Amino acid sequence: MSDRYQQLVNTPIGKIVTKQIGLPNPVKLERYEHGQPVISGPVLLGASPGGKLVAQAAKVLAAIDADVHTPLDEHVRTAVADASLEAKVWSPDAALEEQTFKALVFDASGIENSEQLRELQAFFSPTIRRVRASGRVIVLGTTPADCKHPRQATAQRALEGFVRSVGKEVRRGATAQLIYVGAKAESQLSSTLRFYLSPKSAYVSGQVVRIGASPLTADGIDWQLPLAGKFALVTGASRGIGKAIAKVLARDGAHVIGLDVPGLQRELEETIGDLGGSTLVLDITDDDAPARIATYLLEDHGGVDVVVHNAGVTRDKTLGRMDEDGWNLVLGINLTAQERIDDELLARESIRQNGRIVCVSSMSGIAGNAGQTNYATSKAGVIGMVESMATLVAKQGLTINAVAPGFIETQMTAAMPIATREAGRRMNSLAQGGLPVDVAETIAWLASPASGGVNGNIVRVCGQSLIGA
Amino acid sequence: MNASARRVAVLGGIRIPFARQNSSYARASNQDMLTATLEALVGTFSLEDETLGEVAAGGVLKHSRDFNLTRESVLGTRLNPHTPAYDLQQACGTGLEAAILVANKIALGQIESGIAGGFDTTSDAPIAINEDLRGVLLQFNRSGSNASRLKALTRLRPQQIVPQIPQNAEPRTGLSMGEHAAIMATEWGITREEQDELTVRSHKNLAAAYDTGFLDELVVPFLGLERDQNLRPDTSVEKLARLKPVFGGEQGTMTAGNSTPLSDGASVVLLASEEWAAAHDLPVLAYIVDAQTAAVDHVHKREGLLMAPTYAVPRLLERNNVKLDDFDFYEIHEAFASQVLCTLKAWEDPVYCRERLGLDGPLGEIDVDKLNTQGGSLAAGHPFGATGGRIVATLAKTLHQHGSGRGLISICAAGGLGVTAVMEAAA
Repeated sequence: MSDRYQQLVNTPIGKIVTKQIGLPNPVKLERYEHGQPVISGPVLLGASPGGKLVAQAAKVLAAIDADVHTPLDEHVRTAVADASLEAKVWSPDAALEEQTFKALVFDASGIENSEQLRELQAFFSPTIRRVRASGRVIVLGTTPADCKHPRQATAQRALEGFVRSVGKEVRRGATAQLIYVGAKAESQLSSTLRFYLSPKSAYVSGQVVRIGASPLTADGIDWQLPLAGKFALVTGASRGIGKAIAKVLARDGAHVIGLDVPGLQRELEETIGDLGGSTLVLDITDDDAPARIATYLLEDHGGVDVVVHNAGVTRDKTLGRMDEDGWNLVLGINLTAQERIDDELLARESIRQNGRIVCVSSMSGIAGNAGQTNYATSKAGVIGMVESMATLVAKQGLTINAVAPGFIETQMTAAMPIATREAGRRMNSLAQGGLPVDVAETIAWLASPASGGVNGNIVRVCGQSLIGA
Repeated sequence: MNASARRVAVLGGIRIPFARQNSSYARASNQDMLTATLEALVGTFSLEDETLGEVAAGGVLKHSRDFNLTRESVLGTRLNPHTPAYDLQQACGTGLEAAILVANKIALGQIESGIAGGFDTTSDAPIAINEDLRGVLLQFNRSGSNASRLKALTRLRPQQIVPQIPQNAEPRTGLSMGEHAAIMATEWGITREEQDELTVRSHKNLAAAYDTGFLDELVVPFLGLERDQNLRPDTSVEKLARLKPVFGGEQGTMTAGNSTPLSDGASVVLLASEEWAAAHDLPVLAYIVDAQTAAVDHVHKREGLLMAPTYAVPRLLERNNVKLDDFDFYEIHEAFASQVLCTLKAWEDPVYCRERLGLDGPLGEIDVDKLNTQGGSLAAGHPFGATGGRIVATLAKTLHQHGSGRGLISICAAGGLGVTAVMEAAA
């Protein structure tokens, strides 16, 4: 699983050589360690005139005790003053060269037409080169569908192109994100903004997240243990990404119920035992699996708060060589089982109020991949499931979202031929593969009780892969 | 203010032109300058043999022998020798603080009239003997026997010949005032252009004040100097742009042009009760209405050293039930162009006003056309103790010419101090 190229280019000589001949230069991404602050380093907060989200962003930055700087713009300064933030002043004309930022946060929600998009250039051109390693660029916008005027919707939609390009321009492990906030959803910003500011989102870049209104807010949540008192079912939890998910959810305070097939029982018990969770051993494709899961959850735990559909398999063959078993197995595990489990859990109301369903899709499901017609079909199906069920589950006070991992360093990718592996690793903005923990952190954000406004989203954990972008 | 307090009238003021360090006044002492200035005031207001309530004045750089300098100067003028006097010192706030003290005594009815003033020379600086040498000499002095005296003298060393020279640095930070101002300029994002523009305005306004004759009665020639030596009527943003930064390193925005130079000079103002003014047939130019001092914590909280006026003014405004834009004239001492700009930005900033000043929102904006309309310290120079008197006299005359209205004075000082006052035109 080690990335020898990355180790090599980060040696003193390697750094010189890669710079001289222009090779990709993947830096070691900063990753979250339990208990560390959300962001370490100054945050520059700006807003276009009329930005409605800067006030909420200021509140979040105040809550995480960030070192905030803002332009001397009364709109922004009033917002930070209202949040009791003693923000420092930023002036591009007078700033010292050594002034750098860990994050740039810009509220573009006030942009009402294409001409006003110049606010982006005005704010970012003097600042983008001041972003530190593993830094963050976050643009806040209004969900285009919630815009009143076509010109406003057009300008807001234009933000996507801007942010995705910024993601490709920033260096040294920095990322860029766009957060669209819908009508009356301002108060839902906290969990998403915190996630994107923090090293938890190390391998997420160039993503567009839509936040909607929710009757529940993040008030009173313990951000160190957001899942305290919650029960989380993780399928395929014994190893790989599933194991990382179980660990991160347990770190966030959840009681993890790890599920895996009988063949992996020993590994499962080892993994989950360490976390103080419970195990459920069964094959999710069995006819009675959904009923057994629901019964277990209801009887042993009185229900569940988080369901993570992580279990998945590959049986790669080009379509001409694909046999029926290979097709059915992949579709059965990766998609049909999830549908059946969800249907059963929803029908028996086994998922408690403010519960979460998080699915694992894949970059293959978005972009397609030769030799993976079965796998890509199943993973695209997962996206379809999230999109089609979002409104439905919302009626039960739940959310459903998916993560779509790109190249993640696992035993599966370690077994790839070197050319395929290297291509997969490097062809993204961060020029490296992600780690299972990157997927797990993203799932933990979507699973947080504070993420009630995030519903029906597909978030890629791919370092802004060039594939399927 | 106390309801029973009397109104305090400003009858006029006089100063000598301010000289640049080691120039026209290189051989003039503080006492020479103050005596000459007082004597000019005596002549202008016919105060010969007059016994005033008191004369209060001070300077920052003084020789230890000058402990009673103001009294000595009074004795050197045609004022009646029965006029009491004292020295005081509050860094660059000295001159205005002197005026506040005299005004308060008049307001309370303790005295009927008085002169407030200030002076400073950076040329005739009080160089002190080496601190080690001083220790040896004091020990020698304390010794009872010849043997112990001899023992004290064995501690003499050649390096003790190096004298102690006054430093323009804050004792608790070790930084010069310019370096402090440079930190503030960076914190507030003040550009070089803004500073140079303010500097040009200061020079243009002061030059116009001379040209229009505004300063005719306010400035008397001294030692061959007729106008402030630092004044550059033909300066421009382009010319100032050529200067190299002197504070804040290579990327600094502060130059010798947009910072006040070290200078020499003295100023005095005549204050009195309305009754005294009427009895002496002297017209009242303006009234000193109220005053407020404040201090910042530049040591522990690392607040901007020269930001104390931002604290003082809101208290002054609240007590007098006026808003920042209720003034017709603003006299903000230009220690550095950046200091003035930082102050203005701080008062416009919701964050600073709420977090530091405890206000609900921004204090407000100042119309720069009403700011230092007859020039400021950047053009005139800034002999530390003499600036307050220059400003009080200038504002009094400005208000008098205007015929009505209100003026605000704001002076920042070393040690994180700020001295501010409100004046009103005599209707």
